[in-house]
Amino acid sequence: MSECAPSGNVGVLSERPDPALVMPADGLDELVAALWRRGYTVIGPRIRDGAVVYDELATAADLPVGWGDEQEAGTYRLVRRDDDARFGYAVGPHSWKQFLQPPHVRLWRAQLNGDDVAMTEEEVPERPFAFFGVRSCDRHAIAIQDRVLLEGQFADTDYAARRNGAFVVAVDCADPAGTCFCVSMDTGPGADEDFDLALTELLDGQHRFLVRVGSERGAEIMSDVGSATATVDDLARRVQIVESAAQRMGRELDTTGLRELLQDSLEHPRWDEVAERCLTCGNCTMVCPTCFCTTVEDVTDLTGQEAERHRSWDTCFSLDHSYVHGGSIRAAGRSRYRQWLTHKLGTWWDQFGTSGCVGCGRCIAWCPVGIDITEEATALRSPDGDAADR
Amino acid sequence: MPQTVDTLVLEAPVFAGLDPAHAAQLAGCAQTTGWDDGEMLFREGDPSDAFYVVRHGRVALEVFVPGRGTLTVETIETGEVVGWSWLFPPYRWHFDGRAIGSVRAIAVDGACLRGKCDDDPALGYDLMRRFSQVMLERLQATRLRLADVYGAPR
Amino acid sequence: MSTMTPSAYRVTGRRRDTADTCTLELEPRNGALGAPAPGQFTMLYAWGVGEVPISVSGLDAGGRLVQTIRDVGSVTHKLCALDPGTTLGVRGPFGRGWPLDAFAGADVVVVAGGLGLAPLRLAVLALLARRERYGRLLLLYGARTPADLLYRDELARWAEDGLDVQITVDAADADWDGPVGVVGKLVARAGFDPRNAAALMCGPEVMMRFTAVALAERGVAPERTYVSLERSMKCGIGQCGHCQIGPTLVCLDGPVYSWAEISRWLSVREL
Repeated sequence: MSECAPSGNVGVLSERPDPALVMPADGLDELVAALWRRGYTVIGPRIRDGAVVYDELATAADLPVGWGDEQEAGTYRLVRRDDDARFGYAVGPHSWKQFLQPPHVRLWRAQLNGDDVAMTEEEVPERPFAFFGVRSCDRHAIAIQDRVLLEGQFADTDYAARRNGAFVVAVDCADPAGTCFCVSMDTGPGADEDFDLALTELLDGQHRFLVRVGSERGAEIMSDVGSATATVDDLARRVQIVESAAQRMGRELDTTGLRELLQDSLEHPRWDEVAERCLTCGNCTMVCPTCFCTTVEDVTDLTGQEAERHRSWDTCFSLDHSYVHGGSIRAAGRSRYRQWLTHKLGTWWDQFGTSGCVGCGRCIAWCPVGIDITEEATALRSPDGDAADR
Repeated sequence: MPQTVDTLVLEAPVFAGLDPAHAAQLAGCAQTTGWDDGEMLFREGDPSDAFYVVRHGRVALEVFVPGRGTLTVETIETGEVVGWSWLFPPYRWHFDGRAIGSVRAIAVDGACLRGKCDDDPALGYDLMRRFSQVMLERLQATRLRLADVYGAPR
Repeated sequence: MSTMTPSAYRVTGRRRDTADTCTLELEPRNGALGAPAPGQFTMLYAWGVGEVPISVSGLDAGGRLVQTIRDVGSVTHKLCALDPGTTLGVRGPFGRGWPLDAFAGADVVVVAGGLGLAPLRLAVLALLARRERYGRLLLLYGARTPADLLYRDELARWAEDGLDVQITVDAADADWDGPVGVVGKLVARAGFDPRNAAALMCGPEVMMRFTAVALAERGVAPERTYVSLERSMKCGIGQCGHCQIGPTLVCLDGPVYSWAEISRWLSVREL
């Protein structure tokens, strides 16, 4: 039906196997309930501590109804909307990685009986997740982590178990934040692929949701939810929403030749400049939906008979990250910031065949001193590190 | 004898390609010599009036450290030159030199060669360039050992 | 079984090689892991303390491993204190090893610095075991002092088997009859044909950088000069992100690299 020139992942809906559906706003309640009934643990956005976070959704009433966000470098604020939008925000500090690669997890326990060792690997909760309200940038981030943790020479079995069977309810982005640049990274704002269901919130006239079906189980679950076939106007409205969002990106990033540029810029003066601001706190790595570095801790009880291995999130900003006997390779903060940015935008290509960045802008908003990855990458293009060309 | 020493001198890599006229001048100050295993070539503080081109064998450069004993700080191998103190006053050896195994060498008289270099600057420049390169290599190697790369991490 | 779960091995032997280095012999308790190729490493787990990546220095037909460890931290200290009979954990083998098949017909110069002979020992044994495939075989070995030399009893045996063994130390007392100087000097004078030679190097990174220069000055191609590197590793399987050097992950793409592919990144300070 809609065949506009693609901008921001609109896609061509007429090629979908299932016709798009439309449901009233209350349909979300039915959908959430249906997911729980089918044995999923439903995770979605809700308000806590002044931010939109991801946590269990008992019902659709837990969604951040009527809330939006304002984001800038080093700034995040919830703002009250003048409507009842369920998904009226952009993204919060959480991403889906905290469920797929939890911040802290026990890998195994072991018992020593004289010479014998009994190892017990940790079991992963059996209930699969249903991720409710996945932005396109975040869906791309999940795909990036899949490549890193599942598609390399070895698979992360813990990640695989949590990822297995995860149901994705994607949601188009209508109101990007000042820190968003998914268009530059070709990851949004419309949810275009790899979902079971994709929602578009339509606020004109009757508050309703366009529902695009992306899988058989997506189609199956919609049999429990009251819906009708979407009209041509509904579909056209979606195109408008996504295109409008694509025009209102808060930032942009020129990715042309970026990998090679970063390779050749390892002694650029800009690194010294950003190092004067960077606290090496690692906030960016915690909020980034693709950062995957972890560390391992081996512990034992007082008797020494029982041992456990724990894995937790790590950050390349820590001195420990590059520690070999004698000292840390990346001793200076300058080197650690350089590692993070050149990996995210450059060497990720060498290691995993894609960029590591999805343009969600979280690192910009949640940096305490407001360091902006788009500004830094731009500054590296000029010999003296001047970012004024933005 | 000078004729034979001419050829022998040219065998050492540091003198490879030396102008035959310069080689002859150098040979005029040179003679063959040798030591048995364990013999001292020179001692720290001795007047340094010669340098040696090692033709066969190994010379250990040693320093005595009270409380630690004798330490070998470098070995000079076949084809290398030992001795620079003849170039500059007070012309005294700074280390002990000991033969490891039997050593055959060409000894070049320092005062003799200094005189010839004074008379023939071209000879002097040629030799200085060659000796400087060897000293540079030794310095680089010494600095690397100073970095104590094999040492236990702190 | 997850690749983060160690297999139980038993210590069958332990000896102290130098003041800060020990060698452990390990046998599998419940079935051996895959046979390591020369240059690969395992993650050794000291019960309740932690894990470290250690190159495999020896292997026998029964799956018994020989690994040489430098006692510098809490984990390695514990490993070097394990009595025969105690249990430890092993994961692996991991990594890309020395490409010995690529050197048929060539002179092979093995250059080791300090503990660097440990990751090279299996390669030396493999080269000697198929002596006829190669040209000249040399081992140029540098250590701090004579007391820091590893595998001393074997060095003489290897020399008898056809390995040209040359040893130098940074400093020595009067008991030492051999060369005193940097291993790069041995490279400058060693008897091999650089036009048809390959070099395998392992040692402190500084030593490898300088020795690579010496090899290049002799005319050995950087594509045929190989090094073994070391970085922080928490998993050994390319998932913790710690072992990166620029675009490469040492646990997957290394620890063995050709000088041609890796030197660019090693020359960037704190990369």
